[in-house]
Amino acid sequence: MSILEKTIQAFAELFPEEAAATVAVDGTAEEQTEKDSEAEGPVVARDYATRGFHLDIGVAPDQLVRAAEILFALDYFIESITGVDWPKEKQIEAVYDFCRYDFDLCRVVVRTRTPRDEPRLPTITGIYTGANWHERETHDFFGVVFDGHPNLIPLLLPEDADFHPLLKDFTA
Amino acid sequence: MELSLLNAFIAVFIAIAFVGANAAYLVWWERKGAGFFQRRPGPTENGPWGLLQPPLDGIKLMTKQLLIPGGVDKAIFMVAPVLAMFPALVSFVTIPFSSSIQAHTIEVGVLLIFAFAALGSMSLLVAGWSSRNKYAMISSIRAVSQTVAYEIPLLITTITVVLIAGSLELSEIAAAQMGGIWNWYIWPFQKSAGFNIFMPISFMIMFICSVAETNRAPFDLGEAESELVAGFHTEYSSMGFGLFFMGEYANIVIGACLITILFLGGWACPFGDLGFFPFTHHVGWFLLKLYLIIFVFVWIRWTFPRTTIYGLLNLSWQYMIPLSLFNLLLTAALIKVFA
Amino acid sequence: MNQMDLIELQPDETFVLNVGPQHPATHGVLRVKMTMDGEYIYDAETVLGYIHRMHEKMAENRTYAQYMPNMGRLDYLSAMAFNHGYALVVERACGIEVPERAEYIRVLTVELNRISSHLVWLGAFVLDLGGFTPLMYCFDDREYILDLLESITGSRLTYCYFRFGGLYNDIDEPFIEGTRRFVKRMYKELKMYAKLVTGNIILMKRLRGHGIIDQNMCQRYGATGPVARGSGINYDVRRNEPYSVYPELDFDIPVDDGCDSYARYLVRMEEMVQSLRIIEQILAKLPEGPINPAKKPKIIKPPPGDYYAAVETARGNFGIRLVSDGGKNAYRLKLRSPTYSNMHLFDEACRGMLIADALAFMGSLDLVIPEMDR
Repeated sequence: MSILEKTIQAFAELFPEEAAATVAVDGTAEEQTEKDSEAEGPVVARDYATRGFHLDIGVAPDQLVRAAEILFALDYFIESITGVDWPKEKQIEAVYDFCRYDFDLCRVVVRTRTPRDEPRLPTITGIYTGANWHERETHDFFGVVFDGHPNLIPLLLPEDADFHPLLKDFTA
Repeated sequence: MELSLLNAFIAVFIAIAFVGANAAYLVWWERKGAGFFQRRPGPTENGPWGLLQPPLDGIKLMTKQLLIPGGVDKAIFMVAPVLAMFPALVSFVTIPFSSSIQAHTIEVGVLLIFAFAALGSMSLLVAGWSSRNKYAMISSIRAVSQTVAYEIPLLITTITVVLIAGSLELSEIAAAQMGGIWNWYIWPFQKSAGFNIFMPISFMIMFICSVAETNRAPFDLGEAESELVAGFHTEYSSMGFGLFFMGEYANIVIGACLITILFLGGWACPFGDLGFFPFTHHVGWFLLKLYLIIFVFVWIRWTFPRTTIYGLLNLSWQYMIPLSLFNLLLTAALIKVFA
Repeated sequence: MNQMDLIELQPDETFVLNVGPQHPATHGVLRVKMTMDGEYIYDAETVLGYIHRMHEKMAENRTYAQYMPNMGRLDYLSAMAFNHGYALVVERACGIEVPERAEYIRVLTVELNRISSHLVWLGAFVLDLGGFTPLMYCFDDREYILDLLESITGSRLTYCYFRFGGLYNDIDEPFIEGTRRFVKRMYKELKMYAKLVTGNIILMKRLRGHGIIDQNMCQRYGATGPVARGSGINYDVRRNEPYSVYPELDFDIPVDDGCDSYARYLVRMEEMVQSLRIIEQILAKLPEGPINPAKKPKIIKPPPGDYYAAVETARGNFGIRLVSDGGKNAYRLKLRSPTYSNMHLFDEACRGMLIADALAFMGSLDLVIPEMDR
């Protein structure tokens, strides 16, 4: 069983009712007109050649910690955490990249969305210690508050920074 | 030599001039040596082969502003660099450059040098302590524990030589090694040393201790620039730094002088007394040996990475001190039996 | 010996030592707030952001082509690999085909750049340990690479050589000849480094058993590159996630399971040899042909969606996530830089170490601060 299938199976516990039905390989990137993972279902296998990653998992914020635990158990390491601002939908999307050290290559992207006016997400520093800086950075740039983060102070921005430069309505 | 005031004055003046010139031109020598080891020319711009570099550096240092950081213990802060330079100067009074060139003959010359060497570590301590800088503080603690650790094997090894030569006077120790290279104390199976085969080890201990005592790489933990910025002289600028710098080189000269006298026969010609050939017992031989040893110092500095403080202290307390003590006892016993 | 038992200390038994932002061992403006117990580190906190330039926002305000020069400003030592990563993600998004010759030249320049980056690391690392001379030798050798790359790219450090689908400039005969000479010389030089540095007893004593990073720690922090490979993890993007022409080349990924600073040192030294092997092979089978694709969109406009590309830089896994809304500018561009994750584990790993060992450990992580701060 390839690691891709194993990961999909492991995530079935998070999405009990839809797991089997929603797994579908999307075609080429051009066919997908709008980025909307909710419409496709939470677990989507992507075409690696055109997208550069294998698995796209959309989770609710309260499932995030469990998702990280599943990935940690499957020997994934954390690559980065970042955000994407979607002002039209009034949401901030947090994107978590995971990869594996061995030759069973599988890049997993975990996405979650949080309201733009009060972005809050649980921290995954309890599982991936390295998420610490990534979450601080996301807090710097997007203002996402990570509940339970041990040291949520500005990392790359000055200590007294009260702006979030990567929000689309930020002007210098 | 009768000691008149004028005589003493001239002697001290020559000693200071020698130390000053040495300290300045050893910097040049070191930079040229570093250039040689690092595939680059070293200083070339000022004067032929960059020979004017040291005086120009001196002028630069002297014309710079002496910054005194806020909150330092000002009096001690100012005294420390002088304390670094002064003992090195005074020690030169006892060094015999040949049978006739010696500022002042002192019966306990060896002891005097060690007494002033200990004062030198004092300057590091007060410099680090008064600078009000954590790096300087750590560095001075290191420097002092290092000097204490290395003074012991250095002294014990010196006592071994003193036992063989039967005198604390440096010129007599040198004179006891006259008559050719085979009479130098560096070699094993000396008749006067009771055929002790461990004399080369004593020489090695002496050499390593001199490197450590003068805070040279690879034992330059006091000024480990990648860890402690500049160590005890972090806060010093201008001639305050210059004095530390010159003091370091003066100490190197003293260390090399001691090695030369104690183990390499001082001014003795390596080919024995050649009656028909002048200069067989000449200051030239002394200086040649001296600068050869300094060259090795430079060579070592630009070859090895730095040790750590615990590695350094372990080396001293676990290996050098027991070894030097053993050699002292062995020498004493052998002399009792054979000589 | 270097690991003290971490006993509970009262606040007045420790003092805070501010290493950086101006400190010889941090190689740039990095600050580490160390809580010290004598010479032992009780706790450390790394403070970043002293040269943060918000490259990710710049990507949103510039067209794709305009953003290419920024890649040389991230990791100034292995700028070529960053060029490659960015070109790769845009090519993947737009579906641009790269001619074979261009791919070979890309890998050739990236590997030359990797050697030059490792040379700077070697010099700076031994300088951290107090040995000054290797730095001069390394810079001497690196000068050859810089001259070579300058002759084809026009710049010595912050390269902007890659174009979407191809390259800025073809390589010429003097470059190939010069590279052949350099490879020959470098093999000799590496033997010299092995004598001067690798076998040095002081160096071994200072590196063996110090700065332990185990595999679990790598996974938790996402360490990649020589840091992960020095911990026995066989992970190299060039092999695990092949891109460009790496699958056609014969080279090994050096892995050492020593987990200490010495293992990381050995891995990097061996990587230089492997890069030389790659260069030799490329010079042997460099195909003829164009270096830019025949058809390429005039204006780069990737279709909406998000794309990811990763490359192996000298320091590890550099990833770019590109979110496009179909416009001329990127909607969002995330730069995942390798030292960011590699440095993160310093805080945890240096606890209980002597400051001298901790700074040697920091040197073994091979930091480039602009890349961390972005």
